[in-house]
Amino acid sequence: MNSIMLLLFFTFVLAIFLGVELIAKVPSQLHTPLMSGSNAISGITIVGALIAAGQTEHGAVATGLGVVAVVCATINVVGGYLVTHRMLGMFKSKSKVESPK
Amino acid sequence: MNTFIAIAYIVSAVFFIYGLKMLSKASTAAKGNMVSAVGMGIAVVATLLIQGLEFQWILVGVVIGSVIGAIAAVRVPMTSMPEFVALFNGSGGLASLLVGWSEYHTNFGGYDASAESTLVPLISIFLAILIGGVTFTGSMIAYAKLAERMNSRAIVFSGQQFVNAAILAALLGLGIVFCLWPDSQLAYGAFLAAVVISLGFGVLSTIPIGGADMPVVISLLNSYSGLAACAAGFILGNTVLIVSGSLVGASGIILTQIMCKAMNRSLGNVLFSGFGAASAGGGDEEEGDVKSLSAEDAYFVLEAASSVVFVPGYGMAVAQAQHAVRELGKLLEENGAEVKYAVHPVAGRMPGHMNVLLAEANVPYEQLVEMDDINPIIETVDVCIVIGANDVVNPAARENEKSPIYGMPVINVDLARSAFVLKRSMASGFAGIQNPLFYKENTRMIFGDAKATITALVDQFKGKN
Repeated sequence: MNSIMLLLFFTFVLAIFLGVELIAKVPSQLHTPLMSGSNAISGITIVGALIAAGQTEHGAVATGLGVVAVVCATINVVGGYLVTHRMLGMFKSKSKVESPK
Repeated sequence: MNTFIAIAYIVSAVFFIYGLKMLSKASTAAKGNMVSAVGMGIAVVATLLIQGLEFQWILVGVVIGSVIGAIAAVRVPMTSMPEFVALFNGSGGLASLLVGWSEYHTNFGGYDASAESTLVPLISIFLAILIGGVTFTGSMIAYAKLAERMNSRAIVFSGQQFVNAAILAALLGLGIVFCLWPDSQLAYGAFLAAVVISLGFGVLSTIPIGGADMPVVISLLNSYSGLAACAAGFILGNTVLIVSGSLVGASGIILTQIMCKAMNRSLGNVLFSGFGAASAGGGDEEEGDVKSLSAEDAYFVLEAASSVVFVPGYGMAVAQAQHAVRELGKLLEENGAEVKYAVHPVAGRMPGHMNVLLAEANVPYEQLVEMDDINPIIETVDVCIVIGANDVVNPAARENEKSPIYGMPVINVDLARSAFVLKRSMASGFAGIQNPLFYKENTRMIFGDAKATITALVDQFKGKN
């Protein structure tokens, strides 16, 4: 393995630990929004999809696969963030429920 | 320019980290989601600045995906949230699979198998299609089960373990062929076979899991979709993919652990045991009388109660009773009672499912209490109203060592001064386990549709005023 790959691997391990630390103490009432919010983040694969769809010089098959990947990843990103936003909009504290707007 | 893009990726990773951190507190969660969305926006814009990309096809893909995603997100009712999270998750998995495939197709013929540096991208491609494929079909099966488009019971067949082992062995063999001779037609064939097998494996590994265990599976699939994105990151040597993919992977694993702990079962047991496939698990038939109660009589008890705790379960979602429950809760409060909503961590079909429904019905989150906070004070509660929950309030988990759910932490409603159980019939819960709660001295069953019963109680209260 070359040093760049080792660095990427190092990044990966550190990020896993960071993720564990970040999420460990989430109250259960936020589990659903947390899940759909992190689900939206997993749509980051859109970055790879954009590159695949944008490099048209590699032929129709590679581009076609990339375009379908862009569609799927965009569904994941847009759908995920909007649904999370909608859900969180419903979580209200007592003061807000009793005097709406 | 490249440095600029790399820095933009770092900034975007920071946004994701802050977003996730804010998502873990109720008061900041909505902002956290937006922060994370901004991070995503930065990553997308930075990627589009890469030299030599042509935009026409990108635009087509983004427009189609945005329209589908936005329509689905806006139209989905809150009760269908679990299956839609599964759908979105699956499409992310498929995207990672396709990114891996496209990358392999692009470089096909140009690999130098003897060079050490090609091995890591090849392994990453293989992992991306593997994890992505399992995430995709696994999520689709989870969707079908949650949306009740297929039987949500566990489907088990003999030799299942053997088939799974054979699949893993086949994938390993294909992976070795793929990595050793990446430029051969054989490798391309092995690659395509691996795609198909991964897709099949996603189906096979999700069907043995029953509906009540869905919170675990969804969390796990969520974790996979992150790891698939991570693998895509290793293919492209892209740090933002690796970092955010691992964040999602880690958060999914933590949620999975929390869910397993809430059921007192190991992950292996959830994934492989086919829990709930057997029709009547464990324990002797319960003895004793069931005491039923009419809504009118229940009203008189509730009117005199000074503390009431609602314990919702999946049945509340099915009956769409959350708004009626909230109305009854409000009337009880006006009547001077202290009202709380106790939510078991695995109530419903995804982590936190009940909280979302109650939030939709305008229940302030201060009134939502967790199991560990309600159990110590449950003896002081006048009335516990159990709405469509069964296994999560089953005292057999505490009392009967023979019960399959023995040891699972439950909400001890049987220890409250009285418990009303709203239920359609005496049918057993999802896990197919007898519930001795129904026969307890201080338990009253109110049979019928949960929403109709609650609405009847609401009318009684209103009639009084």
